[in-house]
Amino acid sequence: MNEPVIRVEQLRKRYGSVEALRGVSFQVHEGEVFGLLGPNGAGKTTTVEILEGMRTADAGQAQVCGLDPRRGGAAFQRQIGAVLQHTALPDKLRVGEAVELFANLYGRRRKLDALLERLGLADKQRAFYDELSGGQRQRLALALALVHEPRVLFLDEPTAGLDPQVRREIYEIIEELRREGKTILLTTHYIEEAERLCDRVAIMDYGKLIALGTPAELRQRSANTTRIAVRLAQPIEDGRLRQLEGVVDCRPISDGYLLHSQRPPQTIVALVKQLEALGNELQSLEISAPTLEDVFIELTGRSLRD
Amino acid sequence: MRTTWTLTKMRMRLAMRNRAFLFFSLLMPLAFLFLYSSLFAKGEPRVVGFLFPSVLALTVMGSFWGLSIQLVLFREHGILRRFRLTPVGPAALLASSILSNYILTLPTVALEFMLVRAVYDVTTFGNLWGGWLFITLGIVTFAAFGLIVASLTNTMQETQVLNNAIWFLFLFFSGATLPLVFFPEWLQRLSMFLPATHLVVGLQFTLIGAVPVRSLGPEVVALVGGAGLAFALSWKLFRWEPGEKISRSAKVWAAAVIIPFLLLGVWENALDARRTELQEIYKSLGERTRSLPDQR
Repeated sequence: MNEPVIRVEQLRKRYGSVEALRGVSFQVHEGEVFGLLGPNGAGKTTTVEILEGMRTADAGQAQVCGLDPRRGGAAFQRQIGAVLQHTALPDKLRVGEAVELFANLYGRRRKLDALLERLGLADKQRAFYDELSGGQRQRLALALALVHEPRVLFLDEPTAGLDPQVRREIYEIIEELRREGKTILLTTHYIEEAERLCDRVAIMDYGKLIALGTPAELRQRSANTTRIAVRLAQPIEDGRLRQLEGVVDCRPISDGYLLHSQRPPQTIVALVKQLEALGNELQSLEISAPTLEDVFIELTGRSLRD
Repeated sequence: MRTTWTLTKMRMRLAMRNRAFLFFSLLMPLAFLFLYSSLFAKGEPRVVGFLFPSVLALTVMGSFWGLSIQLVLFREHGILRRFRLTPVGPAALLASSILSNYILTLPTVALEFMLVRAVYDVTTFGNLWGGWLFITLGIVTFAAFGLIVASLTNTMQETQVLNNAIWFLFLFFSGATLPLVFFPEWLQRLSMFLPATHLVVGLQFTLIGAVPVRSLGPEVVALVGGAGLAFALSWKLFRWEPGEKISRSAKVWAAAVIIPFLLLGVWENALDARRTELQEIYKSLGERTRSLPDQR
């Protein structure tokens, strides 16, 4: 196999008393879309910022395109493009000017119209940055990350805070980049983003990788469990549900309970009997295959949004 | 160099779209010009000519204010960190701040020259080339001070406080508002330690006294040295990230900027030449103004 484009070995980083990274290792290969999935504070951004050369690790090694991000330099910066979290452009900079400015900074003179067209910003060229919506700003951020045709793209929470419609637009752009064979490392705390976009996903929690594989492989880990979402007429102590046959986990969700069962038929029969005995009533029951969320719950005992 | 110029063009565009910039860099200096010339000098050409270098000094000194605010805003809003990923270094960013400021201040200065000539009949400007040199040194040096202010402060609030303190000192104790000759001697001696004083003196000597630049060596050296130190230190202390706080040692480093002015202050006080020369210029102005009505 070719040399990996990104190589991370035993990265460690501490902020005061908080251990943000506790020995993270992974590799990303050419043309791969690799996702870091985890809740806020898992260490995703720290990992990405070390790879971008914006932070230095306390220990461990990081390499991007065979270069050490700590050394940085123009040669390194030309290889990477990035959409950062917590960043902005000057309010009174126009979209067209921003793209041209960044192209100039990289010494590039590619056809910028095509890039703007592709990101749906062609009719916004004259708009000031402070006139753009959240989605438009994010598309501009993508345009600026792509302006010098980098080999690797880092997307740190590219759709955080955007509404679902806009999020899907961003997904389509990322999918197009994926088809072109761009190597992408993206971080997210949206399950559907990781499932839809990534070739491989690393699940992070408390500064560690707790699972790594294709979305299908990861789901396979929970393949012997099934999600059963139930809605009841009256609330019930969740301890009772956990004791039902086949149930490995039970937690309250917004309008009912979510059970994970290794033997769904037996669980359902036991549930109905239990409810009859309690004089409670089953209002709805939904069975589904496990998602990455279930994998996360199984691995950490917590939900991603906790 | 190309990167610096690319950034300079962006900064100039942004400045032209910024109402605060137009107010502070164009309207306020013109207001000073009319205030000094009509109110203080009562339109008397020789007095207008005498006060004009002070107006120029105020125009030029203001640069530190806008520059520090811009840089802190860029840092606080996460704009700098976006540039950090591009092949742009701190030096290019800082140099573009100074260069754009220089290019944008020159038209105001030129307009002021034209106005005092057209409206107040000031026809002679002494050593114009020397004046231009001091205007250039003033813009660059005071802009570099703005960069130091930005690298010394963590929040916009701190920046404003520091700016106000510096502006107050420069405004009232440099001879830019009230001519130095009106100060008690101890205050005149203290003012010799202020960078702004050297700018005012440089402009007064060249534009009023037609003094050649070679006689103003110490002023030139102090302003150039101050600019160089301020630039080098703001480069060394440059911070990309909003969360990054300034360290204690950095504050000590920044204090080094005042070294050339301390040395010059000591030198001027030991020689005590500038004060006497300033008195003479002022005295001669008094004599000439009194004799003016007789000549008409």
